[in-house]
Formats: sequence, structure tokens, C-alpha cells
Amino acid sequence: MLHMMNKSPFERNSLDSMIRLSKKGSPVLLLEDGVYAATKGTTVADQVTAMVGDHAVYVLGPDLQARAIGEDRLLDGVTVVDYGGFVDLVVEHGTTQSWL
Amino acid sequence: MSEEPDLHFDTEGIKKKFMFLNRKAPYGTVYALEILEMVLISAAFEQHACITFVDDGVYQIVKGHDTKALNMKNFSPMYGVIEMEKEDADGDEDEDMVWRIIVEKESMEARGLTADNFSIDVEVLSSAELADVIEDMDVVLGG
Repeated sequence: MLHMMNKSPFERNSLDSMIRLSKKGSPVLLLEDGVYAATKGTTVADQVTAMVGDHAVYVLGPDLQARAIGEDRLLDGVTVVDYGGFVDLVVEHGTTQSWL
Repeated sequence: MSEEPDLHFDTEGIKKKFMFLNRKAPYGTVYALEILEMVLISAAFEQHACITFVDDGVYQIVKGHDTKALNMKNFSPMYGVIEMEKEDADGDEDEDMVWRIIVEKESMEARGLTADNFSIDVEVLSSAELADVIEDMDVVLGG
């Protein structure tokens, strides 16, 4: 099960819900406004760092570039993927859940 | 004149586990109604289904909605149809179809609710129990 989150963690509770309801070991992809969750120094950084311990966490590169988020601003352990990598994740994991 | 499209779907022998994951309150946005319609349509295909309420989605099944003054359709009685569908699935031994109606305990309690507040019978599961159920699904449709 691939969990995807496309909303800012400062706008709504999608991040909390995804963390609460995803099994350890299932991968997470942050995209669109969800990429803000992967940045350093935020009020959710500790939560996301803990998530990196339990899940492979990916972030979509084109959405980082569009928002001027350099890779130096990403939390440790987060992996950047391009659209091809996004497709690979979906193919590999089959079932997806989008946390809106 | 173009040829008529073939609208026959052969679902014979295909059985998947679907979850409909409701996370939004009713009336404020269209998510709740859209998912409800998907559930009702899917009943025709005789698949396994978990109709699940988490976050503000738990407000969808609270008793006593009255939308008259809003001039909007009160769709909450339709959840009773889901409950009847579940009871049919449970009662028919010839039918290999399991329906579950699930509420996440943490979401319910965070909103000061108990199972007595709901208009239908539900299974109350913890986050950890629900995470196991979600992981076991073939398809998750949510909003």
C-alpha cells in the first residue's frame, strides 16, 4: 500500500491521519503541497522525522522545484523522486491511498 | 452513425476488497455525498466492502440531521441502505460478500462522540486495528 499526501500539513490534518492509519513499512510519497511536510525547521519536522524511521518517505522533485525548496532544506532520510520514480512506486506497490 | 459502445462489464468471478474511506464532514463539501453514491453503485457488483469513517467523516453518520432550512437534500437516511446491504450480505450464506461498517475510535472520541450517537450500527476499531484493515485492501477510495 502506497500512501500519498498532497496537502500542506499546516492547512489540514492529513499528515496526522496518514501517520495514524498507515502500517509501519508501507511507503509514503509527498507531492504537491504535501512536499512542505518534508522541509526542515517546521512544527511537524519531528513527526516527519519519526515517520522516516517507520516508512520509506519519498518526495516529488518537480513539486519541490516549483516551490523553490532546495534539497538542502529537506529532512534527513527523505528520498527525492521524479515522475518516472512516481510511476515506479505505483507499479511496485499496486494499491494506493491518497490523503487529501 | 457511430457504433454503440459495449457497456457490458463481466465481473463474474472477480472479487476484490474495497474500502470507502470517509474523512470529510457532510454538507460543507461534496466528498461525503460522492463517496456515498460510489458505495451504493458498488453494491450492484457484489464485491467485499469496508465503509469506513475517520476524522470529520464520523460526522456523516451522526443521528438527527435536519437540512430543511439549508434547502439541501438530507442524505443521511441513505446510510441506512448501506446497513441493510450489509445485513443482506451477512444473512445470505450463498453470497460470498462481506461488508463492514467501521468507525475509528480515536476520531470518534476526539469529537466527543460514542457509538450511541450514530444512526447505524458500526464496528469501532483502534487506529492500529484499522491500519491493518487498510493494508489488506485491494482498492481504497477516499476523500
